[in-house]
Amino acid sequence: MTAPNHSWRNFKNAFMQTLACVCAILVVTPLLLVFYHLIREGFSSINLAFFTQLPKPEGETGGGMGNAIVGTFVLLAQAAVIGVPVGVLGGVFLSEYGGTKLNWAIRFAADILNGVPSINWGIVIYGLMVESHLPGYSALAGGVVLGMMMIPLVMRTTEEVLQLVPGGYREAALALGIAKWKTIVQIVIRTALKGIVTGVLLAMARVAGETAPLMFTAFGNQHWTHNLTEPISALPLQIFTYAIGPYNDQHRQAWAGALVLLLLVLSINIGVRFLTRDRFQQKA
Amino acid sequence: MENHFEMGLDALRQKLLTMASHAETAVNRAVQALVQRDTDLAQRVRADDDVIDHFEIEIDEMAIQLLTKAPLASNLRLVTVAMKISQNLERIGDEATKIAKRARDLAQEPPVKISLDLPRMAALALAMVKDALDSFVQQDSAAARAIIPRDKDVDALNKEMHQRLALHMMENPDTIGRCLHWIVATKSLERIADHAKNIAEEVVYLCEAQDIRHTLKK
Amino acid sequence: MPTDPNNSAAALTVRGLSVFFGDRAAVKNVSIDITAKAVTAIIGPSGCGKSTFLRAINRMHELNPDARMEGEIKLFDEDIYSRTVQSVTVRRRIGMVFQKSNPFPTMSIFENVTVGLRLNGIRDRKILAERTEESLRMAALWDEVKDRLNAPAVSLSGGQQQRLCIARALAVQPEVLLMDEPASALDPLATAKIEDLIVSLKKDYTIVIVTHNMQQAARASDFTAFFYLGELVEFGPTTKIFTNPAQKRTEDYVTGRFG
Repeated sequence: MTAPNHSWRNFKNAFMQTLACVCAILVVTPLLLVFYHLIREGFSSINLAFFTQLPKPEGETGGGMGNAIVGTFVLLAQAAVIGVPVGVLGGVFLSEYGGTKLNWAIRFAADILNGVPSINWGIVIYGLMVESHLPGYSALAGGVVLGMMMIPLVMRTTEEVLQLVPGGYREAALALGIAKWKTIVQIVIRTALKGIVTGVLLAMARVAGETAPLMFTAFGNQHWTHNLTEPISALPLQIFTYAIGPYNDQHRQAWAGALVLLLLVLSINIGVRFLTRDRFQQKA
Repeated sequence: MENHFEMGLDALRQKLLTMASHAETAVNRAVQALVQRDTDLAQRVRADDDVIDHFEIEIDEMAIQLLTKAPLASNLRLVTVAMKISQNLERIGDEATKIAKRARDLAQEPPVKISLDLPRMAALALAMVKDALDSFVQQDSAAARAIIPRDKDVDALNKEMHQRLALHMMENPDTIGRCLHWIVATKSLERIADHAKNIAEEVVYLCEAQDIRHTLKK
Repeated sequence: MPTDPNNSAAALTVRGLSVFFGDRAAVKNVSIDITAKAVTAIIGPSGCGKSTFLRAINRMHELNPDARMEGEIKLFDEDIYSRTVQSVTVRRRIGMVFQKSNPFPTMSIFENVTVGLRLNGIRDRKILAERTEESLRMAALWDEVKDRLNAPAVSLSGGQQQRLCIARALAVQPEVLLMDEPASALDPLATAKIEDLIVSLKKDYTIVIVTHNMQQAARASDFTAFFYLGELVEFGPTTKIFTNPAQKRTEDYVTGRFG
């Protein structure tokens, strides 16, 4: 081994390592920038009023995004009611039942749906529920569109998580004379439960920030919504409205809204991490 | 291609056959020493008995080692039969030593005037031993079975010799000491034939997995 | 003798059993009588069909959509493949323990043992407690776990987990217990415990065990069946198969000349 060879190799090593490190930092930087800006601009505006009060009419200062925050939660709840049962059961079907050709077709469809731009979803539900006045711009329509978006996501993650459950558990349960459906529910799903919940929560975190489809389904509302057939406010909608408006006070509140939205998504993700932590050290 | 275990079994077989040839030689020499009143030969037989005893110990050790490898079916039978055969061969060696001792004692005194066809009895017994070991090598069960009834002939000869010696002792009391030596020697030959029969029975077990000991009519 | 087709002490009578995966026959025309309350071992080289044969006995091969069987299997004179019999019923009477122990990870020891009972509708706490103790005793595990029945099942060692799986299978009170290489993933000490357990279980259960370890078959079984390339080559008392087999193929396999 001659000396020049050695040091050229060392240099290559060090160069690649530095390059990789720099790229990693570059990846994290936008996230840090977002945090920094949001906190800098929005933190001061977060107070009790922000969470409890309605937006003030145009031109007036003060008020809050109470209805938008509640609205986001209402929409997410509806989305879950639609997305979770259909998605999970669909995932169960894909994993535990079905001939291979049908499964392939369903999976293919789900993957395409996952890639459909959210505004397309919006326009479909607009046509079905809003234009036809069934029931028009409403919380219901907003919930439906978010739910539809959740379904293929939850279905695929549920299927994947169920597939990770070793076949040995299914065999053991069936060999005990337990019926197939009970095996699936009590053994397979129970084993994969954490993973399914994770999938559902992550899907919810994703749809929580959707803005475009809500624009022509939920529509937005400056007041409290009293029933689901009325239009409803949501954080992303309110942020959009305020951010493009002319008033500084609204801009300030938009920053705060964006910060709150980010914190919501962040807390869901942290919650998921907490849930899936390794509680026991399994014996080797 | 033999594996190591089969090589172990072959080594066991070889050792057994080597022990057998030592035992046969010992009997041959002992009888010769007796008939030819050769004390040196008798002494050699007695010295070589240690070698035969040592073989028995070695074979048992080899067999135990092979048993730890859990042999099955014909291999299992081979190992257990080898232990039994080596025991019988060791006893044959002991009997040869006894004959050699009596040969030495008899050679120190004047010969007894009695015609005993010891060589014939010895030949019968030795033939049984040789045939038993051949049947082991050939794994020939029928040949082994054929050896078993021949024991009766040797027994008969032994009985006849004892009767003649007894008669001689009664008629010539001064020969009692020497005649007793002869009685012991012929008894040893009869026992050698018995051990050969035992070996044949073990060979039948090895080949047929049938235990024919104590079953055939005496 | 076990090969007597009129043997009334037979727990399982198999006639002309063939199992196909697509076009390939994994088990070819096997007929055998499994004696009740005895241990029958099934030996043979890899791929000889012994596991497939075992799984046909409790209809587990049906989990594979390509699998198809011909022939007849009767459990105490009842045809287990008849149209009126559900596979669920068969599996409650014929239990199975697998090579890799698989206690359900979300359940405690107690929950694992009683899962077969609870999910089949038995809720009476007294019965569950009794069956748990009974099954764990039979599986030689009671003394080791009686103080921690609520501990997670996965906190047990490998050998203990396998015994737990045996207790779980016994809790539903099957008549026959099938074991597919139950000790092959365990260390020698744990293996010895399992073998000892098998011998003590045969007082009450008919046991069929598939094993690739001939010494294990020799130690733990009363009867042995030798399978080769999907066919039953020889079947008889274990002592005979291992000291003086009738078929040359059996002799060759048992003395290690192939397989």
